[in-house]
Amino acid sequence: MQPTVEVLNERDYILNVGPQHPSTHGVLHLRIKIEGETILDVEPVLGYIHRSIEKMSEALTYRQFIQMTSRMDYLSAHMNNLACALAIENALQVEVPDKVKYIRTILCELTRLASHQLWWAANGLDLGAVTPFFLAFRDREAITDIFEEVCGSRLTMNYIVPGGLMEDVPEGFADKIKTYLDTFERTLSEYDQLLTGNEIFRGRNIGVGVLTKEEALAYGCTGPVARASGLSCDVRKWFPYEMYDKLSFEEIILTEGDSYARYKVRIAEMYQSIKILRQLLDGIPEGDFQAKVKKIIKLPAGEFYQRVETARGEFGVYIVSDGKSSSPYRIKFRSPGLSNLAALPFMTKGAKIGDLIAVMASLDLVIPDIDR
Amino acid sequence: MLHILPLLFFQYFTTNPELILVLKVVLSIVAVISLVAVLGLFLIYMERKVAAAMQLRLGPNRVGYIGTLQTMADTLKLLTKEGFTPGESDKFMFFLAPVIVITSAVLAFAPIPFAKGYQFWNLEIGVFYVPAVASISVIGVLMGGWASNNKYSLIGAMRSGAQIVSYELSVGLSLVSIVVLTGSMNFTTIIMSQENGWWIFKGHIPVVISFVIFLIASTAEINRTPFDLSEAESELTAGFHTEYSGIQLAMFLLAEYVNMFVISAVAATLYFGGWMPLHIGHWEAFNHIMNFIPGVIWFVGKTLFVIFIIMWFRWTFPRLRIDQLLNLEWKYLMPISLVNLLLVTIITLMGWHF
Repeated sequence: MQPTVEVLNERDYILNVGPQHPSTHGVLHLRIKIEGETILDVEPVLGYIHRSIEKMSEALTYRQFIQMTSRMDYLSAHMNNLACALAIENALQVEVPDKVKYIRTILCELTRLASHQLWWAANGLDLGAVTPFFLAFRDREAITDIFEEVCGSRLTMNYIVPGGLMEDVPEGFADKIKTYLDTFERTLSEYDQLLTGNEIFRGRNIGVGVLTKEEALAYGCTGPVARASGLSCDVRKWFPYEMYDKLSFEEIILTEGDSYARYKVRIAEMYQSIKILRQLLDGIPEGDFQAKVKKIIKLPAGEFYQRVETARGEFGVYIVSDGKSSSPYRIKFRSPGLSNLAALPFMTKGAKIGDLIAVMASLDLVIPDIDR
Repeated sequence: MLHILPLLFFQYFTTNPELILVLKVVLSIVAVISLVAVLGLFLIYMERKVAAAMQLRLGPNRVGYIGTLQTMADTLKLLTKEGFTPGESDKFMFFLAPVIVITSAVLAFAPIPFAKGYQFWNLEIGVFYVPAVASISVIGVLMGGWASNNKYSLIGAMRSGAQIVSYELSVGLSLVSIVVLTGSMNFTTIIMSQENGWWIFKGHIPVVISFVIFLIASTAEINRTPFDLSEAESELTAGFHTEYSGIQLAMFLLAEYVNMFVISAVAATLYFGGWMPLHIGHWEAFNHIMNFIPGVIWFVGKTLFVIFIIMWFRWTFPRLRIDQLLNLEWKYLMPISLVNLLLVTIITLMGWHF
């Protein structure tokens, strides 16, 4: 197989960005070949946080391995859990109660909000603006408080389990979120005041890191990154799960493909998430929080795949079952971050060092998701 | 006879001009150094409080009353830390770099009048002297970046070099517009010329333009956001001072704040009249009331106002990219300041200013 990125020559001027670097958001290592400030080539080096989650999952039961997925894309923990739960439910052909579907969708959209808020915070920070970080964390804090109240955890949720939810939601769950949405809708306009219209911010983002629709398809980009390049790829629209086919929301698609388009897509998605949440919060039906599922789950022999839309793009769970054991025979995760990162070298060729950081920020990478 | 010896000594000390000069110099040095130390402590505290106010938090509030001793504690911590020198670095230059940076920052204090008659050195070419001395710091920055033997430091130093050399032009040109108006490079003369109103009010729009250009260019001169490319945290970790620690790092940080004070003091002196109270033309009563507020308060107030604006920049703006930074200077600020200088000259020649 031909390597897609030329392995960098020893005589080149190489700058190691990471694995310990303020804006690689984790232990991502980029070897960049530079001439002055201009980037000639980028080579991502992975493996610093490889925990072999897929292999470990083979030794865990179906109920246990879901906990691993919270540790992958930790900002989309609910969605990752949901993907696994859905795959198992589809395999067992279990129909979950409506209440579960409602609450799962609400939690997913809240997670998307929280994740996009954190991205916005980090995006500002990567471009040298510190204040956005605090504004976004103020809003994100309230969401994590809601999560804490629901499932006792703020980051690694493990709340969505095969057949339903771990526990029932607490009293006043919907009201609390409604109050939160009212405040957040007000504070979301501050985001625009601080960054969106800023001339320096626009200058740093418009026309930078352009990804064409064809490239997005070729590298398997999904999520806001692909949608900013004009590629319609929202799993919620194409392969609806839970409540998404009954909700009215738009898939935000822009065609510019630059960092600014990716920025605008995420900001618009936050508004869409608010819209989705408002539709769901009033009609949460009464009922059980779990369908009847055996304590020890055994899937029928076969292969099962389930995809969900996380905050970063399409997350897929591929389970192979031998039909006998209570743990999966093989597990493969399709993480959005890896494909999005694959496009980074091609988006930043010929750009400046500052652009690399800006483009990386706009990809919204979570390293444990890329490197499982 | 013996008992009058001390008196003789005293007489000798107070009448010998050379000794008085030496005494003056020593006292000035002590005064400047203590001023710099206090300024550093205060400005870092102020920055943290301003940042906190803009970021929905409280800022330092544990050490001392409302956190006033926090910077003191931080400085103590930095002083007691090991001054680490990287193995492959150029040891001599690595040591020299922060010294040059801090020296240039302190030297720039000399001609700044703090109040009427309170000036370390009443220099005829003060306006020329300050940017000239302040720009020596670029040598220290380049030296530190080069000697660290670190790629991040080197890139940061090269950025800083390109940036300071470019923006010096705009700083100089905007200062010249005031020199044209007053016909003097002496700070005291410039302040006296604002007796009937500050230049920012008297000099029509061109002076306002030159003030704005001065503010932008000098923010770039002292490497602060949005022009902090040389120490861009998210790109180059800490830029040219990545490898520095302990007291040497403290010197770099202190130099940044001292430079900020000098730049703001120059802006306050040239555009807002330095220690000169707010006077409006022939409103004698009003001017008289204003005179009751001591000059040093006027000076410090105006300087802090300019410092606040520069801090405000830092906590609200993202950072520019290196090519945008140079474009801004060479394609916009420089031509605008040249045209503006022409306008100021015309105004001065025609006597259109108040």
